[in-house]
Amino acid sequence: MRVEQPYAEGGRPIPRRTPTSAPHFEAAREGRLRIQRCPRDGFFFYPRSRCPDCLQDDWAWQDVNGRGAVYSFTVDRVGLDPAQRDRLPLVVAIVELEEGPRLTTNIVGCDAEAVCIGMSVEVTFEDLGSETLIQFRPAA
Amino acid sequence: MGKRSAALVGFTEWAPQRKWDRPMFGLEACAQLAAEALADAGIDKGEVDGLVSGALQESPLFAPLALAEYLRIQTNFSELVDIGGASSAGMIWRAAAAIEIGLCDTVLVLVPSTPAPIESGGDVAKMVMPPYLMGDAWGSPQGQFDIPYGLVAAAPSFAMVATRYMDQYGVKPEQLAKIAVDQRNSALKNPKAVFKDKPITVEDVLASPMVCDPVHLLEMVMPCFGGGAVVLTSAERAAKTRHRPVFLSGYGESISHKTVSYMRDLSVTPAKPAADKAFGMAGMERSAVDLCSFYDCFTITVLATLEDAGFVAKGQGGDFVEEHDLSFAGDFPLNTHGGQLGMGQGGSAGGLSHVIDALSQLQGRSGDRQLPKADAAYVTGVGGLMASNVGLVMEGA
Repeated sequence: MRVEQPYAEGGRPIPRRTPTSAPHFEAAREGRLRIQRCPRDGFFFYPRSRCPDCLQDDWAWQDVNGRGAVYSFTVDRVGLDPAQRDRLPLVVAIVELEEGPRLTTNIVGCDAEAVCIGMSVEVTFEDLGSETLIQFRPAA
Repeated sequence: MGKRSAALVGFTEWAPQRKWDRPMFGLEACAQLAAEALADAGIDKGEVDGLVSGALQESPLFAPLALAEYLRIQTNFSELVDIGGASSAGMIWRAAAAIEIGLCDTVLVLVPSTPAPIESGGDVAKMVMPPYLMGDAWGSPQGQFDIPYGLVAAAPSFAMVATRYMDQYGVKPEQLAKIAVDQRNSALKNPKAVFKDKPITVEDVLASPMVCDPVHLLEMVMPCFGGGAVVLTSAERAAKTRHRPVFLSGYGESISHKTVSYMRDLSVTPAKPAADKAFGMAGMERSAVDLCSFYDCFTITVLATLEDAGFVAKGQGGDFVEEHDLSFAGDFPLNTHGGQLGMGQGGSAGGLSHVIDALSQLQGRSGDRQLPKADAAYVTGVGGLMASNVGLVMEGA
């Protein structure tokens, strides 16, 4: 049975955690960025049941420092997701963490025009009510 | 010399339209497409023993079975291809490969993209394709790690590729815009193009609304309804058809991810491995190609394909498009039908428009856009978020 995509007040789609991804989302609730690390292949993202390189399952969760750099970005000016039209302009970015993995996120806490490739950023968190969304802002 | 075992021998293509007057279910559209394509090829339905299609909305499970039943064709080869915008091109090589290994003799590739009738009491609003590309099912990584951030539809993903390209190689907005302009110049001569009456300039493109930096509205396809079909058959049978047979002399396909978040390098697309495989199989140099027809959801897709498919050195694409006329009348004909940018994207049939552009040129059937010499073409399909790539080398008999 298909459950409809839930939305937070204000319109953001709320990610639906799974048994595998739950520890990642639980850490975010507590203000920490937690990702998986394989003893052979290093950190990987998004959460998976097995390491995407060696397909072994002896990985461990590890908190990382939440610092990284903007790998690429765009600014949504029109609200391609109608649910997010209250947040325009919305900076959608891929951030490369100091530990290596990349993740898609939003850059907040600065003017959209100030974002550039290579910009140093740090993690911040947005409370969506039932879940917490990982966001990045310019590094202090 | 490349493969000479299977040939494309006929096609039909419906003009993309924003509004479709006569709603049809996928199966109904397939029946009409099949009748038209077979008539074009001069091949009897009784000869068809292979069917390839994409998803059919009224048959979410067992689509190939439903299709064989509806068309009353007993197949030796049935396939459903689901690799996004590269699906149509992917269908063509699968059909040719099935013919080559002797599984079947004649294959119909059917790509319907019409709106279904609205059920009495149905909600029209719910018929609109959601921007999540069905990626929001529970358990989908996309639903947890892309969609909440606004990485939806296609524009933000291709925009991030363009951002990276511009930063890394100094590609200018004017250079990307010129791709849309050159293709529009071809669309002006295509009676089936949505934009056949509207010439544009680089200034028009850059003055159109910014959708996702650096992508302007006129650098994106216009979503439409449409449909298309192609008939492939063995070389032996092809020799006795009414149009010039076009051999699929080489092909390649490469996939490494679904969403752009996990693309290893945003300025290197899977066009490279697909093209290397296709040209290697065809035993052909890029310079032997008379025309290219590249999947063009956005202008950046064309620029990246020019480089990664090996026609232009890496990082030189911007200067190349500035220095060459890409229209049918130019020195580097690319998307002589106007591409999806100029013709409109006829839903999933948009990807078949590139195959048909090349087929039509090689068969000498492109009317006012006909190239004086058209013997070899390179066609690409791109699917997902710059994620799947199919390359087809096509050669006239």
